[in-house]
Amino acid sequence: MTSATAPARGRAPARDVAGLGVGRALGFVAPAMLLIGAFLIFPALWTIYIGITNYRLTGVEAVSPSMVGLSNYTKALNDALFHNALWLTLLFVLGSAIIGQNILGFTLAWVLRRARPVVRRTVEAFTLLAWILPSTVVAYLWVAFYDRDGGTLNGILGTPGTAWLIDYPMACLVVFNTWRGTAFSMMLYSSALQAVPPSQLESARMVGASGWQTLRDIVFPHIRGHVLTNTLLISLWTANDFSPFLLTKGGPNHESETVPVYIYNVALQGGELGYSSAISFLLLIANLLVSLVYLRLLRRRS
Amino acid sequence: MTPAFVLRRIGFYVLICAITLFFAVPMLWIASAPFDASPGLGVHWPDWTLENVRKTLDHPYAMHSMVNSLLICVTTAVAVTAFAALASYALSRVRIPGRDALLYGLLLLSSVVTGTAAMVPIFVMMFQLGLIDSRFGVALVMTGGLLPAAIFILKDFVDAVPKSYEESARVFGASTGQILRDVVLPVARPGLATIMVWAFVNSWGNFLVPFLLIRSIDKQPGAVLMQTLTDEGGSVNLQVLPVFSLLFSIPVVVLYLLVNSRYGFRFHGGIKS
Repeated sequence: MTSATAPARGRAPARDVAGLGVGRALGFVAPAMLLIGAFLIFPALWTIYIGITNYRLTGVEAVSPSMVGLSNYTKALNDALFHNALWLTLLFVLGSAIIGQNILGFTLAWVLRRARPVVRRTVEAFTLLAWILPSTVVAYLWVAFYDRDGGTLNGILGTPGTAWLIDYPMACLVVFNTWRGTAFSMMLYSSALQAVPPSQLESARMVGASGWQTLRDIVFPHIRGHVLTNTLLISLWTANDFSPFLLTKGGPNHESETVPVYIYNVALQGGELGYSSAISFLLLIANLLVSLVYLRLLRRRS
Repeated sequence: MTPAFVLRRIGFYVLICAITLFFAVPMLWIASAPFDASPGLGVHWPDWTLENVRKTLDHPYAMHSMVNSLLICVTTAVAVTAFAALASYALSRVRIPGRDALLYGLLLLSSVVTGTAAMVPIFVMMFQLGLIDSRFGVALVMTGGLLPAAIFILKDFVDAVPKSYEESARVFGASTGQILRDVVLPVARPGLATIMVWAFVNSWGNFLVPFLLIRSIDKQPGAVLMQTLTDEGGSVNLQVLPVFSLLFSIPVVVLYLLVNSRYGFRFHGGIKS
Protein backbone atom coordinates (compact mmCIF):
# COMPACT_ATOMS: atom_id res chain seq x y z
CA MET A 1 0.00 0.00 0.00
CA THR A 2 1.76 3.08 -1.21
CA SER A 3 -0.40 5.31 0.90
CA ALA A 4 0.46 3.45 4.04
CA THR A 5 3.70 5.30 4.65
CA ALA A 6 1.76 8.49 5.11
CA PRO A 7 1.20 8.49 8.90
CA ALA A 8 4.91 9.00 9.48
CA ARG A 9 4.99 11.87 7.03
CA GLY A 10 1.79 13.25 8.55
CA ARG A 11 3.67 14.18 11.67
CA ALA A 12 5.55 16.89 9.85
CA PRO A 13 4.22 20.27 11.02
CA ALA A 14 1.30 21.32 8.87
CA ARG A 15 1.25 24.94 7.85
CA ASP A 16 -2.08 26.46 7.06
CA VAL A 17 -0.75 28.34 4.04
CA ALA A 18 -4.11 29.14 2.47
CA GLY A 19 -5.50 30.60 5.70
CA LEU A 20 -8.24 28.02 5.97
CA GLY A 21 -8.52 27.97 9.76
CA VAL A 22 -9.51 25.03 11.94
CA GLY A 23 -13.24 25.78 11.64
CA ARG A 24 -13.37 25.67 7.86
CA ALA A 25 -10.95 22.74 7.81
CA LEU A 26 -13.40 20.76 9.92
CA GLY A 27 -16.11 21.76 7.47
CA PHE A 28 -13.97 20.36 4.64
CA VAL A 29 -13.49 17.06 6.44
CA ALA A 30 -17.10 16.71 7.59
CA PRO A 31 -18.87 15.48 4.41
CA ALA A 32 -16.35 12.68 3.90
CA MET A 33 -16.57 11.72 7.57
CA LEU A 34 -20.35 11.65 7.45
CA LEU A 35 -20.35 9.24 4.51
CA ILE A 36 -17.64 7.06 6.04
CA GLY A 37 -19.49 7.09 9.34
CA ALA A 38 -22.80 6.13 7.78
CA PHE A 39 -21.65 3.49 5.30
CA LEU A 40 -18.54 2.02 6.91
CA ILE A 41 -18.27 2.64 10.66
CA PHE A 42 -21.93 2.31 11.49
CA PRO A 43 -22.38 -1.00 9.62
CA ALA A 44 -19.23 -2.37 11.24
CA LEU A 45 -20.50 -1.53 14.72
CA TRP A 46 -24.01 -2.63 13.90
CA THR A 47 -22.83 -6.20 13.15
CA ILE A 48 -22.14 -6.47 16.88
CA TYR A 49 -25.76 -5.65 17.67
CA ILE A 50 -27.40 -7.74 14.93
CA GLY A 51 -25.08 -10.58 15.91
CA ILE A 52 -26.66 -10.93 19.36
CA THR A 53 -30.23 -11.01 18.02
CA ASN A 54 -32.21 -13.65 16.14
CA TYR A 55 -33.06 -11.21 13.35
CA ARG A 56 -34.26 -12.89 10.17
CA LEU A 57 -35.03 -11.83 6.63
CA THR A 58 -38.60 -13.14 6.81
CA GLY A 59 -41.04 -14.44 9.41
CA VAL A 60 -41.84 -13.32 12.98
CA GLU A 61 -38.21 -12.52 13.84
CA ALA A 62 -38.05 -10.13 10.89
CA VAL A 63 -40.70 -7.93 12.51
CA SER A 64 -39.69 -8.22 16.15
CA PRO A 65 -36.24 -9.73 16.64
CA SER A 66 -35.24 -10.54 20.20
CA MET A 67 -31.90 -10.56 21.95
CA VAL A 68 -30.34 -14.00 22.18
CA GLY A 69 -27.07 -13.10 23.89
CA LEU A 70 -24.08 -15.04 22.64
CA SER A 71 -26.03 -18.01 21.33
CA ASN A 72 -25.11 -17.15 17.72
CA TYR A 73 -21.46 -17.48 18.69
CA THR A 74 -21.96 -20.77 20.52
CA LYS A 75 -23.85 -21.94 17.44
CA ALA A 76 -20.86 -21.03 15.27
CA LEU A 77 -18.61 -23.10 17.55
CA ASN A 78 -20.68 -26.19 16.82
CA ASP A 79 -21.60 -25.48 13.21
CA ALA A 80 -19.93 -28.03 10.96
CA LEU A 81 -20.60 -25.90 7.88
CA PHE A 82 -18.89 -22.90 9.46
CA HIS A 83 -15.87 -25.05 10.35
CA ASN A 84 -15.89 -26.25 6.76
CA ALA A 85 -15.93 -22.62 5.54
CA LEU A 86 -13.02 -21.70 7.81
CA TRP A 87 -11.00 -24.68 6.63
CA LEU A 88 -11.69 -23.90 2.95
CA THR A 89 -10.77 -20.24 3.46
CA LEU A 90 -7.52 -21.33 5.04
CA LEU A 91 -6.79 -23.60 2.08
CA PHE A 92 -7.72 -20.82 -0.33
CA VAL A 93 -5.46 -18.26 1.36
CA LEU A 94 -2.60 -20.70 1.79
CA GLY A 95 -2.79 -22.10 -1.73
CA SER A 96 -3.55 -19.03 -3.80
CA ALA A 97 -2.09 -16.12 -1.80
CA ILE A 98 0.69 -17.30 0.50
CA ILE A 99 2.02 -19.88 -1.95
CA GLY A 100 0.57 -19.12 -5.39
CA GLN A 101 0.68 -15.34 -5.78
CA ASN A 102 3.75 -14.93 -3.59
CA ILE A 103 5.92 -17.47 -5.38
CA LEU A 104 4.72 -16.77 -8.91
CA GLY A 105 4.95 -13.01 -8.27
CA PHE A 106 8.46 -13.27 -6.94
CA THR A 107 9.56 -15.62 -9.71
CA LEU A 108 8.26 -13.18 -12.32
CA ALA A 109 9.92 -10.20 -10.66
CA TRP A 110 13.23 -12.08 -10.35
CA VAL A 111 13.25 -13.58 -13.84
CA LEU A 112 12.03 -10.45 -15.62
CA ARG A 113 14.45 -8.13 -13.86
CA ARG A 114 17.10 -8.63 -16.54
CA ALA A 115 14.91 -9.76 -19.42
CA ARG A 116 14.74 -7.76 -22.63
CA PRO A 117 12.21 -4.90 -22.45
CA VAL A 118 9.98 -6.50 -25.11
CA VAL A 119 9.75 -9.76 -23.19
CA ARG A 120 9.28 -7.96 -19.93
CA ARG A 121 6.52 -5.73 -21.19
CA THR A 122 4.64 -8.57 -22.87
CA VAL A 123 4.60 -10.76 -19.78
CA GLU A 124 3.70 -7.82 -17.56
CA ALA A 125 0.85 -6.83 -19.87
CA PHE A 126 -0.84 -10.22 -19.52
CA THR A 127 -0.43 -10.42 -15.73
CA LEU A 128 -1.71 -6.87 -15.36
CA LEU A 129 -4.66 -7.55 -17.60
CA ALA A 130 -5.63 -10.46 -15.36
CA TRP A 131 -5.49 -8.04 -12.43
CA ILE A 132 -7.46 -5.11 -13.85
CA LEU A 133 -10.30 -6.83 -15.73
CA PRO A 134 -13.68 -6.69 -13.91
CA SER A 135 -14.24 -9.67 -11.63
CA THR A 136 -17.41 -10.85 -13.36
CA VAL A 137 -15.57 -10.93 -16.68
CA VAL A 138 -12.65 -12.98 -15.39
CA ALA A 139 -15.01 -15.31 -13.55
CA TYR A 140 -16.92 -15.88 -16.78
CA LEU A 141 -13.65 -16.50 -18.63
CA TRP A 142 -12.62 -19.15 -16.13
CA VAL A 143 -16.02 -20.82 -16.03
CA ALA A 144 -15.68 -21.24 -19.79
CA PHE A 145 -12.05 -22.38 -19.42
CA TYR A 146 -13.00 -25.10 -16.91
CA ASP A 147 -16.20 -26.14 -18.69
CA ARG A 148 -17.03 -29.82 -18.96
CA ASP A 149 -18.14 -29.70 -22.59
CA GLY A 150 -15.68 -27.97 -24.85
CA GLY A 151 -13.78 -25.97 -22.22
CA THR A 152 -10.25 -25.03 -23.20
CA LEU A 153 -8.66 -26.89 -20.29
CA ASN A 154 -10.16 -30.21 -21.36
CA GLY A 155 -8.99 -29.45 -24.89
CA ILE A 156 -5.40 -28.84 -23.76
CA LEU A 157 -5.19 -31.81 -21.42
CA GLY A 158 -7.14 -34.16 -23.68
CA THR A 159 -9.58 -34.97 -20.90
CA PRO A 160 -12.98 -34.40 -22.51
CA GLY A 161 -15.94 -34.54 -20.16
CA THR A 162 -14.06 -33.70 -16.96
CA ALA A 163 -16.17 -31.26 -14.92
CA TRP A 164 -13.30 -29.46 -13.17
CA LEU A 165 -15.46 -27.06 -11.16
CA ILE A 166 -17.54 -29.93 -9.81
CA ASP A 167 -14.83 -32.53 -9.28
CA TYR A 168 -12.03 -30.28 -7.99
CA PRO A 169 -13.68 -26.97 -6.99
CA MET A 170 -11.08 -25.79 -4.46
CA ALA A 171 -8.12 -26.54 -6.74
CA CYS A 172 -9.89 -24.59 -9.48
CA LEU A 173 -10.39 -21.61 -7.19
CA VAL A 174 -6.76 -21.67 -6.05
CA VAL A 175 -5.47 -21.64 -9.64
CA PHE A 176 -7.99 -18.95 -10.57
CA ASN A 177 -7.03 -16.65 -7.72
CA THR A 178 -3.32 -17.14 -8.33
CA TRP A 179 -3.89 -16.05 -11.91
CA ARG A 180 -6.05 -13.15 -10.81
CA GLY A 181 -3.80 -11.63 -8.16
CA THR A 182 -0.17 -12.36 -9.06
CA ALA A 183 0.35 -8.94 -10.69
CA PHE A 184 0.29 -7.20 -7.32
CA SER A 185 3.04 -9.36 -5.82
CA MET A 186 5.04 -9.10 -9.03
CA MET A 187 4.97 -5.28 -8.97
CA LEU A 188 5.73 -5.13 -5.27
CA TYR A 189 8.68 -7.52 -5.55
CA SER A 190 10.07 -5.81 -8.65
CA SER A 191 10.32 -2.55 -6.80
CA ALA A 192 11.69 -4.31 -3.70
CA LEU A 193 14.38 -6.03 -5.76
CA GLN A 194 15.67 -2.68 -6.94
CA ALA A 195 16.76 -2.02 -3.36
CA VAL A 196 19.14 -4.98 -3.41
CA PRO A 197 22.66 -3.54 -3.97
CA PRO A 198 23.98 -4.78 -7.36
CA SER A 199 27.52 -4.91 -5.93
CA GLN A 200 26.49 -7.64 -3.49
CA LEU A 201 24.89 -9.67 -6.26
CA GLU A 202 28.04 -9.21 -8.31
CA SER A 203 30.34 -10.42 -5.56
CA ALA A 204 28.10 -13.41 -4.93
CA ARG A 205 28.52 -14.30 -8.59
CA MET A 206 32.29 -13.82 -8.32
CA VAL A 207 32.63 -16.28 -5.44
CA GLY A 208 30.53 -18.74 -7.44
CA ALA A 209 27.41 -18.81 -5.30
CA SER A 210 24.56 -20.77 -6.83
CA GLY A 211 21.32 -19.02 -7.75
CA TRP A 212 19.60 -20.49 -4.74
CA GLN A 213 22.40 -19.39 -2.36
CA THR A 214 22.28 -15.88 -3.78
CA LEU A 215 18.54 -15.69 -3.24
CA ARG A 216 18.72 -17.04 0.29
CA ASP A 217 21.75 -15.16 1.61
CA ILE A 218 21.67 -11.88 -0.29
CA VAL A 219 18.29 -11.16 -1.81
CA PHE A 220 16.02 -12.49 0.89
CA PRO A 221 17.49 -10.53 3.85
CA HIS A 222 16.91 -7.33 1.87
CA ILE A 223 13.30 -8.00 0.99
CA ARG A 224 12.19 -9.86 4.11
CA GLY A 225 10.01 -6.94 5.25
CA HIS A 226 8.35 -6.76 1.83
CA VAL A 227 7.64 -10.48 1.84
CA LEU A 228 5.93 -10.19 5.22
CA THR A 229 3.80 -7.16 4.45
CA ASN A 230 2.90 -8.45 0.99
CA THR A 231 1.85 -11.81 2.41
CA LEU A 232 -0.33 -10.18 5.04
CA LEU A 233 -2.01 -7.90 2.53
CA ILE A 234 -2.77 -10.50 -0.13
CA SER A 235 -3.95 -12.94 2.55
CA LEU A 236 -6.38 -10.34 3.85
CA TRP A 237 -7.71 -9.64 0.35
CA THR A 238 -7.98 -13.32 -0.52
CA ALA A 239 -9.81 -14.20 2.69
CA ASN A 240 -12.35 -11.46 1.93
CA ASP A 241 -12.64 -12.21 -1.78
CA PHE A 242 -16.16 -12.79 -3.04
CA SER A 243 -15.23 -14.07 -6.52
CA PRO A 244 -15.42 -17.76 -5.52
CA PHE A 245 -19.15 -17.11 -5.52
CA LEU A 246 -19.00 -16.18 -9.19
CA LEU A 247 -17.31 -19.45 -10.14
CA THR A 248 -18.98 -22.04 -7.95
CA LYS A 249 -21.52 -20.33 -5.64
CA GLY A 250 -19.91 -22.42 -2.89
CA GLY A 251 -20.91 -25.72 -4.44
CA PRO A 252 -21.08 -28.53 -5.10
CA ASN A 253 -22.47 -29.42 -1.68
CA HIS A 254 -20.49 -26.70 0.20
CA GLU A 255 -17.17 -28.00 -1.16
CA SER A 256 -15.95 -24.53 -2.13
CA GLU A 257 -17.93 -22.41 0.34
CA THR A 258 -15.32 -20.01 1.73
CA VAL A 259 -16.30 -17.68 4.60
CA PRO A 260 -17.49 -14.76 2.38
CA VAL A 261 -19.67 -17.10 0.33
CA TYR A 262 -20.92 -18.78 3.51
CA ILE A 263 -21.92 -15.41 4.99
CA TYR A 264 -23.85 -14.60 1.82
CA ASN A 265 -25.58 -17.96 1.68
CA VAL A 266 -26.55 -17.92 5.37
CA ALA A 267 -27.76 -14.31 5.23
CA LEU A 268 -29.56 -14.07 1.91
CA GLN A 269 -30.36 -17.65 0.97
CA GLY A 270 -31.06 -18.90 4.50
CA GLY A 271 -32.35 -15.56 5.80
CA GLU A 272 -30.48 -15.87 9.12
CA LEU A 273 -29.31 -12.28 9.43
CA GLY A 274 -28.46 -12.54 13.14
CA TYR A 275 -26.28 -15.60 12.78
CA SER A 276 -24.53 -14.30 9.64
CA SER A 277 -23.78 -11.03 11.45
CA ALA A 278 -22.06 -12.94 14.23
CA ILE A 279 -19.85 -14.62 11.60
CA SER A 280 -19.24 -11.26 9.88
CA PHE A 281 -18.10 -9.86 13.20
CA LEU A 282 -15.57 -12.68 13.56
CA LEU A 283 -14.29 -11.85 10.06
CA LEU A 284 -14.02 -8.16 11.01
CA ILE A 285 -11.95 -9.07 14.08
CA ALA A 286 -9.66 -11.25 11.98
CA ASN A 287 -9.25 -8.39 9.48
CA LEU A 288 -8.50 -5.97 12.30
CA LEU A 289 -5.78 -8.18 13.77
CA VAL A 290 -4.08 -8.70 10.40
CA SER A 291 -4.27 -4.98 9.59
CA LEU A 292 -2.80 -3.97 12.95
CA VAL A 293 0.17 -6.27 12.46
CA TYR A 294 0.54 -5.03 8.89
CA LEU A 295 0.58 -1.35 9.86
CA ARG A 296 2.99 -2.00 12.71
CA LEU A 297 5.41 -3.72 10.34
CA LEU A 298 5.11 -0.89 7.81
CA ARG A 299 5.81 1.73 10.43
CA ARG A 300 8.85 -0.06 11.70
CA ARG A 301 10.21 -0.19 8.17
CA SER A 302 9.71 3.52 7.49
CA MET B 1 29.04 -19.84 -24.75
CA THR B 2 29.30 -22.76 -22.39
CA PRO B 3 26.70 -25.56 -22.51
CA ALA B 4 25.60 -24.59 -19.01
CA PHE B 5 24.89 -21.07 -20.19
CA VAL B 6 22.88 -22.31 -23.18
CA LEU B 7 20.90 -24.63 -20.94
CA ARG B 8 20.14 -21.80 -18.56
CA ARG B 9 18.97 -19.59 -21.43
CA ILE B 10 16.67 -22.35 -22.69
CA GLY B 11 15.32 -22.88 -19.18
CA PHE B 12 14.70 -19.16 -18.87
CA TYR B 13 12.65 -18.98 -22.06
CA VAL B 14 10.71 -22.15 -21.29
CA LEU B 15 9.77 -20.69 -17.92
CA ILE B 16 8.78 -17.34 -19.41
CA CYS B 17 6.70 -19.03 -22.11
CA ALA B 18 4.95 -21.28 -19.62
CA ILE B 19 4.03 -18.38 -17.36
CA THR B 20 2.87 -16.21 -20.26
CA LEU B 21 0.70 -19.04 -21.58
CA PHE B 22 -0.78 -19.54 -18.12
CA PHE B 23 -1.88 -15.91 -18.11
CA ALA B 24 -2.83 -15.63 -21.76
CA VAL B 25 -4.72 -18.82 -22.55
CA PRO B 26 -7.80 -18.20 -20.38
CA MET B 27 -8.00 -14.73 -21.96
CA LEU B 28 -7.76 -15.81 -25.59
CA TRP B 29 -11.34 -16.97 -25.61
CA ILE B 30 -12.65 -13.46 -25.08
CA ALA B 31 -10.81 -12.41 -28.23
CA SER B 32 -12.23 -15.19 -30.42
CA ALA B 33 -15.69 -16.11 -29.10
CA PRO B 34 -17.33 -12.69 -29.63
CA PHE B 35 -16.72 -12.88 -33.38
CA ASP B 36 -17.38 -16.56 -33.93
CA ALA B 37 -20.44 -17.68 -35.89
CA SER B 38 -20.61 -20.92 -33.89
CA PRO B 39 -19.15 -19.93 -30.53
CA GLY B 40 -18.24 -22.68 -28.10
CA LEU B 41 -16.64 -22.51 -24.70
CA GLY B 42 -13.24 -23.54 -25.98
CA VAL B 43 -10.66 -21.42 -27.78
CA HIS B 44 -10.57 -22.04 -31.52
CA TRP B 45 -10.04 -19.98 -34.64
CA PRO B 46 -13.35 -18.18 -35.20
CA ASP B 47 -15.61 -18.34 -38.20
CA TRP B 48 -15.72 -14.53 -38.43
CA THR B 49 -19.06 -12.77 -38.02
CA LEU B 50 -20.52 -9.65 -36.45
CA GLU B 51 -23.86 -11.30 -35.80
CA ASN B 52 -23.12 -11.66 -32.07
CA VAL B 53 -22.36 -7.97 -31.79
CA ARG B 54 -25.69 -7.12 -33.40
CA LYS B 55 -27.49 -9.56 -31.07
CA THR B 56 -25.83 -7.90 -28.06
CA LEU B 57 -26.73 -4.40 -29.16
CA ASP B 58 -30.34 -5.56 -29.68
CA HIS B 59 -30.52 -7.34 -26.33
CA PRO B 60 -33.21 -5.69 -24.17
CA TYR B 61 -30.98 -5.25 -21.12
CA ALA B 62 -27.36 -5.38 -22.27
CA MET B 63 -26.78 -1.78 -23.34
CA HIS B 64 -29.19 -0.56 -20.70
CA SER B 65 -27.02 -2.13 -18.00
CA MET B 66 -24.01 -0.25 -19.37
CA VAL B 67 -25.94 2.98 -18.84
CA ASN B 68 -26.72 1.86 -15.29
CA SER B 69 -23.04 1.10 -14.69
CA LEU B 70 -22.11 4.48 -16.08
CA LEU B 71 -24.66 6.25 -13.89
CA ILE B 72 -23.53 4.51 -10.70
CA CYS B 73 -19.81 4.81 -11.40
CA VAL B 74 -19.79 8.44 -12.51
CA THR B 75 -21.77 9.41 -9.40
CA THR B 76 -19.39 7.43 -7.21
CA ALA B 77 -16.24 8.76 -8.90
CA VAL B 78 -17.36 12.39 -8.70
CA ALA B 79 -18.50 12.10 -5.07
CA VAL B 80 -15.33 10.29 -3.98
CA THR B 81 -13.10 12.82 -5.72
CA ALA B 82 -14.93 15.88 -4.40
CA PHE B 83 -15.19 14.75 -0.78
CA ALA B 84 -11.71 13.22 -0.68
CA ALA B 85 -10.21 16.38 -2.19
CA LEU B 86 -11.76 18.63 0.47
CA ALA B 87 -10.85 16.30 3.32
CA SER B 88 -7.31 15.58 2.18
CA TYR B 89 -6.49 19.24 1.62
CA ALA B 90 -7.70 20.18 5.10
CA LEU B 91 -5.89 17.24 6.67
CA SER B 92 -2.68 18.06 4.85
CA ARG B 93 -2.56 21.79 5.56
CA VAL B 94 -4.38 22.37 8.84
CA ARG B 95 -3.50 20.90 12.20
CA ILE B 96 -6.96 19.67 13.23
CA PRO B 97 -6.99 18.26 16.77
CA GLY B 98 -6.72 14.45 16.72
CA ARG B 99 -5.58 14.42 13.11
CA ASP B 100 -3.01 11.63 13.38
CA ALA B 101 -5.44 9.35 15.19
CA LEU B 102 -8.04 10.10 12.52
CA LEU B 103 -5.63 9.25 9.73
CA TYR B 104 -4.60 6.02 11.40
CA GLY B 105 -8.26 5.13 11.89
CA LEU B 106 -9.01 5.78 8.23
CA LEU B 107 -6.12 3.61 7.15
CA LEU B 108 -7.36 0.75 9.33
CA LEU B 109 -10.94 1.18 8.13
CA SER B 110 -9.98 0.93 4.49
CA SER B 111 -8.66 -2.59 4.93
CA VAL B 112 -10.74 -3.90 7.85
CA VAL B 113 -14.30 -3.12 6.77
CA THR B 114 -14.44 -5.00 3.49
CA GLY B 115 -17.54 -5.48 1.40
CA THR B 116 -17.86 -9.10 2.45
CA ALA B 117 -17.46 -8.40 6.15
CA ALA B 118 -20.05 -5.60 6.04
CA MET B 119 -22.51 -7.02 3.54
CA VAL B 120 -25.11 -8.12 6.08
CA PRO B 121 -25.38 -4.84 8.04
CA ILE B 122 -25.25 -2.82 4.81
CA PHE B 123 -28.03 -4.91 3.32
CA VAL B 124 -30.13 -4.57 6.50
CA MET B 125 -29.48 -0.84 6.72
CA MET B 126 -30.40 -0.12 3.11
CA PHE B 127 -33.42 -2.39 3.47
CA GLN B 128 -34.68 -0.41 6.45
CA LEU B 129 -33.93 2.90 4.73
CA GLY B 130 -35.96 1.78 1.73
CA LEU B 131 -32.91 2.09 -0.54
CA ILE B 132 -33.07 -1.44 -1.93
CA ASP B 133 -33.24 -1.35 -5.71
CA SER B 134 -31.88 2.18 -5.85
CA ARG B 135 -28.88 2.98 -8.05
CA PHE B 136 -28.24 6.06 -5.94
CA GLY B 137 -28.08 3.85 -2.84
CA VAL B 138 -25.46 1.67 -4.53
CA ALA B 139 -23.40 4.76 -5.38
CA LEU B 140 -23.64 5.96 -1.76
CA VAL B 141 -22.41 2.67 -0.33
CA MET B 142 -19.53 2.52 -2.81
CA THR B 143 -18.56 6.11 -2.06
CA GLY B 144 -18.41 5.40 1.67
CA GLY B 145 -16.30 2.32 1.03
CA LEU B 146 -13.77 4.03 -1.26
CA LEU B 147 -13.37 7.31 0.64
CA PRO B 148 -10.85 6.28 3.33
CA ALA B 149 -8.31 4.98 0.80
CA ALA B 150 -9.02 7.92 -1.52
CA ILE B 151 -8.35 10.45 1.24
CA PHE B 152 -5.11 8.70 1.99
CA ILE B 153 -3.83 8.62 -1.55
CA LEU B 154 -4.82 12.24 -2.15
CA LYS B 155 -3.32 13.43 1.11
CA ASP B 156 -0.02 11.88 0.07
CA PHE B 157 -0.35 13.77 -3.15
CA VAL B 158 -1.20 17.13 -1.54
CA ASP B 159 1.63 16.69 0.96
CA ALA B 160 4.02 16.52 -1.98
CA VAL B 161 2.75 19.79 -3.49
CA PRO B 162 5.07 22.63 -2.40
CA LYS B 163 3.40 25.14 -0.12
CA SER B 164 5.27 28.01 -1.73
CA TYR B 165 2.62 28.41 -4.46
CA GLU B 166 -0.07 29.06 -1.90
CA GLU B 167 2.25 31.24 0.16
CA SER B 168 3.12 33.54 -2.70
CA ALA B 169 -0.52 33.81 -3.76
CA ARG B 170 -1.28 34.86 -0.23
CA VAL B 171 1.49 37.41 -0.17
CA PHE B 172 -0.12 38.98 -3.23
CA GLY B 173 -3.37 39.25 -1.30
CA ALA B 174 -5.43 36.39 -2.74
CA SER B 175 -8.36 35.26 -0.62
CA THR B 176 -8.61 31.69 0.65
CA GLY B 177 -11.27 30.90 -1.94
CA GLN B 178 -9.11 32.29 -4.74
CA ILE B 179 -6.07 30.33 -3.56
CA LEU B 180 -8.04 27.09 -3.52
CA ARG B 181 -9.68 27.68 -6.89
CA ASP B 182 -6.84 29.25 -8.84
CA VAL B 183 -3.73 27.77 -7.25
CA VAL B 184 -4.43 24.50 -5.44
CA LEU B 185 -6.98 23.06 -7.86
CA PRO B 186 -4.84 23.36 -11.02
CA VAL B 187 -1.74 22.03 -9.26
CA ALA B 188 -3.66 19.08 -7.81
CA ARG B 189 -5.32 18.16 -11.11
CA PRO B 190 -3.23 15.04 -11.89
CA GLY B 191 -3.93 13.69 -8.41
CA LEU B 192 -7.63 14.40 -8.73
CA ALA B 193 -7.79 12.79 -12.17
CA THR B 194 -6.04 9.71 -10.87
CA ILE B 195 -8.41 9.36 -7.94
CA MET B 196 -11.41 9.83 -10.18
CA VAL B 197 -10.24 7.10 -12.54
CA TRP B 198 -9.35 4.85 -9.62
CA ALA B 199 -12.80 5.27 -8.06
CA PHE B 200 -14.50 4.74 -11.42
CA VAL B 201 -12.59 1.54 -12.20
CA ASN B 202 -13.17 0.18 -8.71
CA SER B 203 -16.90 0.75 -8.78
CA TRP B 204 -17.16 -0.47 -12.38
CA GLY B 205 -15.84 -3.88 -11.35
CA ASN B 206 -17.70 -4.03 -8.05
CA PHE B 207 -20.09 -6.95 -8.11
CA LEU B 208 -21.07 -7.50 -4.49
CA VAL B 209 -22.69 -4.17 -3.60
CA PRO B 210 -25.10 -3.91 -6.57
CA PHE B 211 -25.71 -7.66 -6.40
CA LEU B 212 -26.90 -7.25 -2.80
CA LEU B 213 -28.88 -4.07 -3.26
CA ILE B 214 -30.44 -4.19 -6.72
CA ARG B 215 -33.34 -6.48 -7.49
CA SER B 216 -34.94 -5.48 -10.79
CA ILE B 217 -33.12 -6.43 -13.96
CA ASP B 218 -33.62 -3.04 -15.61
CA LYS B 219 -31.63 -1.34 -12.86
CA GLN B 220 -28.74 -3.81 -12.76
CA PRO B 221 -25.29 -2.57 -13.73
CA GLY B 222 -23.21 -4.62 -16.17
CA ALA B 223 -21.37 -6.60 -13.51
CA VAL B 224 -24.64 -7.97 -12.09
CA LEU B 225 -26.37 -8.43 -15.44
CA MET B 226 -23.57 -10.75 -16.53
CA GLN B 227 -24.29 -12.97 -13.55
CA THR B 228 -28.06 -12.86 -14.20
CA LEU B 229 -27.59 -13.85 -17.84
CA THR B 230 -25.12 -16.60 -16.94
CA ASP B 231 -27.65 -18.08 -14.52
CA GLU B 232 -30.38 -17.96 -17.16
CA GLY B 233 -28.19 -20.01 -19.49
CA GLY B 234 -29.31 -20.84 -23.00
CA SER B 235 -28.00 -19.41 -26.24
CA VAL B 236 -27.64 -15.92 -24.73
CA ASN B 237 -24.73 -17.40 -22.88
CA LEU B 238 -22.63 -17.88 -25.97
CA GLN B 239 -23.85 -15.14 -28.27
CA VAL B 240 -24.35 -12.13 -26.04
CA LEU B 241 -22.08 -12.69 -23.04
CA PRO B 242 -18.71 -12.88 -24.84
CA VAL B 243 -19.38 -9.62 -26.71
CA PHE B 244 -20.73 -8.06 -23.57
CA SER B 245 -17.65 -9.11 -21.56
CA LEU B 246 -15.46 -7.51 -24.17
CA LEU B 247 -17.43 -4.25 -24.21
CA PHE B 248 -17.63 -4.18 -20.44
CA SER B 249 -13.83 -4.56 -20.14
CA ILE B 250 -12.95 -1.79 -22.58
CA PRO B 251 -13.48 1.22 -20.26
CA VAL B 252 -11.30 -0.31 -17.55
CA VAL B 253 -8.44 -1.12 -19.88
CA VAL B 254 -8.61 2.22 -21.70
CA LEU B 255 -8.64 4.20 -18.45
CA TYR B 256 -5.77 2.16 -17.09
CA LEU B 257 -3.67 2.81 -20.18
CA LEU B 258 -4.61 6.49 -20.15
CA VAL B 259 -3.62 7.10 -16.54
CA ASN B 260 -0.53 4.98 -16.93
CA SER B 261 0.76 6.83 -19.98
CA ARG B 262 -0.32 10.29 -18.90
CA TYR B 263 0.83 10.30 -15.30
CA GLY B 264 3.13 7.29 -15.27
CA PHE B 265 1.01 6.06 -12.47
CA ARG B 266 0.09 2.46 -11.77
CA PHE B 267 -2.72 1.04 -9.78
CA HIS B 268 -0.32 -0.49 -7.36
CA GLY B 269 -0.28 -0.67 -3.64
CA GLY B 270 -3.51 -0.83 -1.73
CA ILE B 271 -4.83 1.24 -4.51
CA LYS B 272 -6.81 -1.55 -6.00
CA SER B 273 -8.52 -3.33 -3.16
